Formats: sequence, structure tokens, C-alpha cells
Amino acid sequence: MDNRELTIHSWDLRRDILDIVMAGGGGHIGGDMSVLAPLLLLYKKHLRVTPETVDDPNRDRFVLSKGHSMEAYYAVLCDCGFLDLADVKARFNKLGSPYIGHPHNVLPGIEMNSGSLGHGLPVCVGMALAGKMDKRDYRVYTIMGDGELAEGSVWEAAMAVAKFGLDNLCAVIDRNRLQISGSTEDVMPEDPLDRRWAAFGWNVLSVDGTSIDALDTAFETAKTVKGRPTMIISNSIKGYGSPVMENKAGWHHKVPTAEEYEQIKTDFLRRKEAARHAQ
Amino acid sequence: MPNKIPNRQAICETLMEHAKFDRDIVALCSDSRGSASMTPFFEAFPEQSVEVGIAEQDLVGIAAGLASCGKKPYAFSPASFLSTRSYEQCKVDVAYSDTNVKLIGISGGVSYGALGMSHHSAQDIAAMAAIPNMRVYLPSDRHQTKKLMEALLQDQKGAYIRVGRNPVEDIYSEDNCPFALDRATVLREGTDVLLVACGEMVRPALDAAELLAGEGISCTVLDMYCVKPLDTETLLKYASSAKLIVTVEEHAPTGGLGSMVAQQIGEHCPRFVKNLSLPDAPVITGTSREVFDYYGLTADGIAKAIRKMLK
Repeated sequence: MDNRELTIHSWDLRRDILDIVMAGGGGHIGGDMSVLAPLLLLYKKHLRVTPETVDDPNRDRFVLSKGHSMEAYYAVLCDCGFLDLADVKARFNKLGSPYIGHPHNVLPGIEMNSGSLGHGLPVCVGMALAGKMDKRDYRVYTIMGDGELAEGSVWEAAMAVAKFGLDNLCAVIDRNRLQISGSTEDVMPEDPLDRRWAAFGWNVLSVDGTSIDALDTAFETAKTVKGRPTMIISNSIKGYGSPVMENKAGWHHKVPTAEEYEQIKTDFLRRKEAARHAQ
Repeated sequence: MPNKIPNRQAICETLMEHAKFDRDIVALCSDSRGSASMTPFFEAFPEQSVEVGIAEQDLVGIAAGLASCGKKPYAFSPASFLSTRSYEQCKVDVAYSDTNVKLIGISGGVSYGALGMSHHSAQDIAAMAAIPNMRVYLPSDRHQTKKLMEALLQDQKGAYIRVGRNPVEDIYSEDNCPFALDRATVLREGTDVLLVACGEMVRPALDAAELLAGEGISCTVLDMYCVKPLDTETLLKYASSAKLIVTVEEHAPTGGLGSMVAQQIGEHCPRFVKNLSLPDAPVITGTSREVFDYYGLTADGIAKAIRKMLK
């Protein structure tokens, strides 16, 4: 699947996310939509892991640090054959279900549990260190939310990554500029985000987080950087894909009404058609 | 000749013996390698050592990441910080994610003496034991510490191990240290009192039993180093015939060994349980020895409390 096809396909996965949220009666739909592009691209093109190699010591590792974007993760894991979409839809959030609202490593393909924020990067430091110690060439990826960056543990790990020169680690910030209470810049300002990470010793790439092409180039570039980790700031749009949700903090965690559901579906189809006709 | 080797040093020595052959053993410190007696390990095995700086959350998160890739990490930090500052990492990254991280809480209890409540860990048993899938161990002396570490090296599950800063008088010897993982060690058997202790309180509990024996009061003494999972079977075996049950711990009165023992006794063979512990308050200023004296956590203090209760 080339980038154009992947972009078109991403609209099918947005529909899956929407249906998972509706089926489970809850979900962090706004962040699901902003994180989908880098998440899907990672699994389809960059992460060297398949349902058959989830225990291979040489597999690439991924940790969804912004664990609340679980519905997007379910959609991607299903699309890549790790999980069954019909089963996820049938049981998500239900009594006794393994499909909870955050990553749970009893499920195939999920390395570590998350949910409380600021955990993914330190864990990935350990994974990347282990790779260096064992002289394995696997790479380690994580995606964090921008609101998550207020957690002190993120910056503890930011220092450690640079200290250990972990060029096998690539992190992504889903920079949608909104968190549950409103603008990230009002809640706890983060700009200039690129300079902050650069000051911690990271190679920083700031790209359009809605562009599969731009993200793809960034992931490829990260693989060539030696001696230091790469941070991809994925400038995204919360609720991306429908004006019903886009850039609205209220859609951090929300179930669409029947009317909104129909509108969002229509918007996704329209965007998919636009992607199909784009050059 | 009093023992001069603290339990933390026994941990370092045991890990060094095994690290030579097992390259997956990794030690992590948060600017705590001196306090942890781990400097020799860091010098001998730099490739298996990770210094994270004063960052306890990072310490445990990194350890969990290493474990998820097959490493056997031992994360060292003062018990006061490890069990509070990095509590969420212990819960989520170790217990919940089921990673093989051994959390070593050094300078536990009131080891730091006059440094105050910020440096005391009188809450760590309660905190750690409340986490599902977390085991809690407080070995009593250096020989048992070595046995415990050797046993834990063989398994693939997370655990919290608390040791004190100062040397503890030997209870066992190199040739005589009966040990079975998750089973209390019966140090002596008696008919009147059941004394259950853990960590540094085992030695004074055993000495108290000796004092009382001279007065015609016979005590069973259990070294309950395995606070979680508590060895309920051994506990109930002796509790059912004892006139009095006394627990002794270097911990706050809530949620520690005494609470757990009382819960089991209350459920299975209800009778009086007295918990000798630190107070539910910042402890008085002093060296750890002075603090133990003040709160009666000594052989004399324990014996005195038992005499009073038996009157």
C-alpha cells in the first residue's frame, strides 16, 4: 500500500473508530482522530512486527503512551490482523471484556499497559537500552499526547534518552493543541516545543500530522540519525475528519448523537473521495 | 563479633556472583549506588549498570522496559522514594504490566534516623502490598537476604524487597539458614505466645522470646519475611494454640504486617492480636536505635509489652 492508498484507507479506519466508540458507548474520539495518521503509518510501513512475530526478540517495539487513544489503536491492530474487529466492536467496554479503554498487554501486539500519562517514554528508554545491550537492531517507538508533556516523568526520560544516545528510539508527539480543559497553551504552555526537545539533545522534526507523506519522510529520516533520538512533532487536528469534532476540546471524550454520527460518517466519506481524487 | 555486613551489601554480593554468568542481570540506581552498596557492581559490570540520576519514576519505568525485553532488572532506591515517588510506575509498569522488575527499597523504615519523615518509609508495606501482583519481602538478616535474592533470581515476576541501612545481628549462619520462598521460618516453638516479625524486627523478637523463656513464658517466633504473600498456613498452625499473638514491625500501625496478620486471625481463628509498630505520626527525632528504644521495638520493649498483656 503506497502513501496515497494508505491515506484513502485511513478514512475507512476512522469509520471503524467511530463504530467502536458507538458500540462501546464511550471513547476518546478526538485524540483517536488526531493520532491515527502516525499510528497507522507506523504499523503499515515502519514497525517490523506482525501477529506472527509478537514474541520475536528482534521485533520493533511500540508503546502507545497516550493510552486513551485506544479506539484508534484497536482499529489499527484489527486492520493489521492482531485483533478481530467484529469481536472488538461486540465486546469493547463490556463486562469481563479484554477490550478496555486503554492498552492492555494481555492482547496480542500490545507490549505494555498504559493509561496514566507519562509512562511510555521511560519504558521505551528501557526497551531501547536493552536493544543496545543485546546488540539487536530493533527500533522503539512511542506516541505521546501534547497535554501529557506536563508530566515530569516525560522529562526525566527525555534526559535519559539523550544521555544514553538512544538513536534506536523515535518518539512522536500528537500535537493537536487541545486537552480536556481546553488549549494546551492555556492549561500549561509548551511552545516553543521544538526548541525544548532540541535543548534536551533530541533530533526534532516538526511535520504536518495529517499528512501521511510528511510523517513517512520523518520516520525515514529518524532511522538515519545516529547518536541521538528523534522526536517527531506531529502537528495534528483534534477530531480530524469532520467539522462536527475538529478542534473542539469537548470532543476529548464523547459519544456522538445519532445525528452527529450520520454527519461524521458523511464527512469521512466525502474526505475519502477527496483523497481518492487528489494528485 | 557483631556482624558488620548490612543486608544491602548481601544483595550486591549475591547479584555480583550471578551477574558474571547471567548477562541479563541489570542494576539500576537513582544516584543511590553508594547508599545501596552497589558501587562494586557498577565498577565490575558497567555494561550491566544503569544510572538514571535522581529520577525514581524514570528508574522504575526504564527497569520495566528492560524487563519487557528479557532483562532481569534490579532497581535500587531509598525505600521512602521508591514506594512513593515511583508508586504509579510500580503499579502500572511493573505489577499491572507484569514485568520482571525487582524493586529494592534500601534504607527502609527509620534507617535514616534524624533525617525526618521525608526519608522514612513507614508506609511502604501498606502501599506495595495493596497492589495486585506485587510481592513484598523484608528479609531479616544477611544470610536470609542472600537466600531470598537467589530464589528471586530464578523467577520472572516483579517484587518489592525492603532492607535497612545498618548491619543486623545475625539470626542465621552461612551453614544454617533454612529457607523456602513464601514460607515463614519458624525460629522457635512455644506454647504461650506467637511472635510474628519481619525485617529488622525479627532479631529483637527472637531475643525477647529468649528473655521471656527465662521467666517461664514460652514463645513461638515466626520470621515472616514474606509479608505478601503472607504464609497464612504457618501463621494459623501456631495461632490456633497461642494465648497471645504479637506482631512486630518497623512500619506504621496501618496496613503492615500487623494488619495482615490480624485480618487472617480474625477470619480464621479469632483471638487477641497486639501489633507493636511505629506510631501513626512522624517518629521522634533520633538515630534508628534510639527510635526503636523509644517505641519499645527492642527485645526489652517487646518482652515488657508481652509481660503486661499476660498479666
